[in-house]
Amino acid sequence: MDRYTTATLRVNGQDLQVVFPTHHTLLEVLREECGLTGTKHGCELGECGTCTVLVDGEPVLSCLALTAEMEGRSIETVEGLQDGNELHPLQAAFADLGAAQCGYCTPGMLMTATALLAENDDPSADEIRTALAGNLCRCTGYHKIIEAVEWAAGVVRGDAGAGPAREVLFGSSVPGEGS
Amino acid sequence: MAVIRDMMPAFELFRPVSVDDALQLMARHGEAAWALAGGLDTFDWLKDRIKRPEAVIDLGAISEMRGITADRGGLTIGAMTTLTEVATSPEVVESFSLLSMAAFHVATPQIRNQGTIGGNVAQDTRCWYYRGGWPCYRAGGNICYAAAPKAMNREHCILGAKRCVAVNPSDTAPALIALDAQMVIRSAGGERVVAAEDFFMSPAVDITRMTVLEPDELLTEIRIPETWSRARFYFEKVRDRQSWDFSLVTVASAMRMSGGRVQDARIVVNGVAPRPVRVTEAESVLIGSPANESIGLAAGEAAIRRAKPLRHNDFKRPLMRNLIRRAIRGQEA
Ligand SMILES: Cc1cc2nc3c(=O)[nH]c(=O)nc-3n(C[C@H](O)[C@H](O)[C@H](O)COP(=O)(O)OP(=O)(O)OC[C@H]3O[C@@H](n4cnc5c(N)ncnc54)[C@H](O)[C@@H]3O)c2cc1C
Ligand code: SF4
Ligand code: FES
Ligand code: FES
Repeated sequence: MDRYTTATLRVNGQDLQVVFPTHHTLLEVLREECGLTGTKHGCELGECGTCTVLVDGEPVLSCLALTAEMEGRSIETVEGLQDGNELHPLQAAFADLGAAQCGYCTPGMLMTATALLAENDDPSADEIRTALAGNLCRCTGYHKIIEAVEWAAGVVRGDAGAGPAREVLFGSSVPGEGS
Repeated sequence: MAVIRDMMPAFELFRPVSVDDALQLMARHGEAAWALAGGLDTFDWLKDRIKRPEAVIDLGAISEMRGITADRGGLTIGAMTTLTEVATSPEVVESFSLLSMAAFHVATPQIRNQGTIGGNVAQDTRCWYYRGGWPCYRAGGNICYAAAPKAMNREHCILGAKRCVAVNPSDTAPALIALDAQMVIRSAGGERVVAAEDFFMSPAVDITRMTVLEPDELLTEIRIPETWSRARFYFEKVRDRQSWDFSLVTVASAMRMSGGRVQDARIVVNGVAPRPVRVTEAESVLIGSPANESIGLAAGEAAIRRAKPLRHNDFKRPLMRNLIRRAIRGQEA
């Protein structure tokens, strides 16, 4: 019996040669063999969505997918969102709006939202809720997450002035700006 | 008892590329084999170490088991077609929207991207005593923990229980029965076709299995006949939470009207019995009558007449009655 498999995985646009135990999930191999620990390990049962990565553009639970099935497919993780020093609009929106508290759900939220925006760059709040229904957050209460996706969608569309007003980000009185 | 929900013990993995090869492997490994579809139910069992197959036969590389094709006014759906594909397929949406609604109500977007229609109908029950590794009847023991006096059985059966009171969790199953789908089953020895209505196993026949599939058999495709194409459909799943959850009670119905009266109807409920069931009592009240509020109520009442709730699930009786009533009212012309 082949206890180990050797495969070339295409992760975030790069080909990685990896050797991994044949029965290991994509989550295990991304974190352990590829050293990509941005993808989080949560319930391991399909209930929380924090392990979400994109496989050929679709959100998939890496805790319930075998790595052995991944050869020849394109895998995207949260590490691939940033472009050099530039955050992806979703990352920037989550950070600026405080759409994360502990941040454990954030990589999964970002990946699911990335797939949504690739398909629909002007989603309604309901469409965002439906798309994110498989990503649990125990901290934020979801409002800011939904707002952050709406804002990032505006940036992706190139809407001038997309994003929250200054008082949303800094409160009503911004230091040094008078009243 | 559940150990840790984390890493799986090793198994031998096979990735056949044809149904024939997969069936040879199933025959060779017998009871030690496990067919792997989307893995959403499979890996839960393997991580908990309650089921420990030696040979996992991954159906994911078999292209002949995937896809939806038009077939004499009906459709043929490969068992490995994902739930997302079923929910969004233009052919399904156009002619058999009941099935697309059902597939769309399964779990979460990620799970629909990975889960297959074959795995959805073949999945095991979610009774937590059994999933937690308790040695109940279904696990080969001699007690049902869910029917014990202090048991938590809010999600369990109100109808048709036989020792085991667990329900079938599949959302697509009642829709497939309403559409009179035919399940194509193959083994190394040949092919048989079973009506969806007869595909799900009653615990009175075999308490350890959810379907009629034998260990060496695969469900290869599901055929939906033209019979109910573009009929009037109704689907409603009631669950505790709207984001994702298993069903408490689900109704799926298909009806044909003629001259303001119901000419023919199939009403199916899930979440109330060990398997998804046609409510023939309600169908017979309905056929030949107008689809209106009072007939809906009469049909709903007829459907729950034989219900025997457990300690914590009496609420399922009015819920089932009202869903049937709504299914009928939803057809009012
Ligand atoms: C968190 C969570 C929530 C869920 N919520 C819902 C829900 O609300 N509604 C719902 O309907 N489902 C729900 N599910 C179930 C899920 O949708 C999947 O359909 C189901 O787990 C099985 O599909 P799969 O393709 O992953 O199959 P697998 O898990 O791989 O297989 C399931 C079983 O079927 C057998 N099998 C699979 N395919 C075949 C075949 N072609 N021939 C013979 N045997 C086969 C396997 O051997 C295994 O025993 C949920 C699952 C999870 C993890
Ligand atoms: S309901 Fe069925 S599966 Fe659950 S404990 Fe009883 S016998 Fe076992
Ligand atoms: S860790 Fe994969 S869904 Fe929770
Ligand atoms: S920010 Fe803590 S789980 Fe979402």
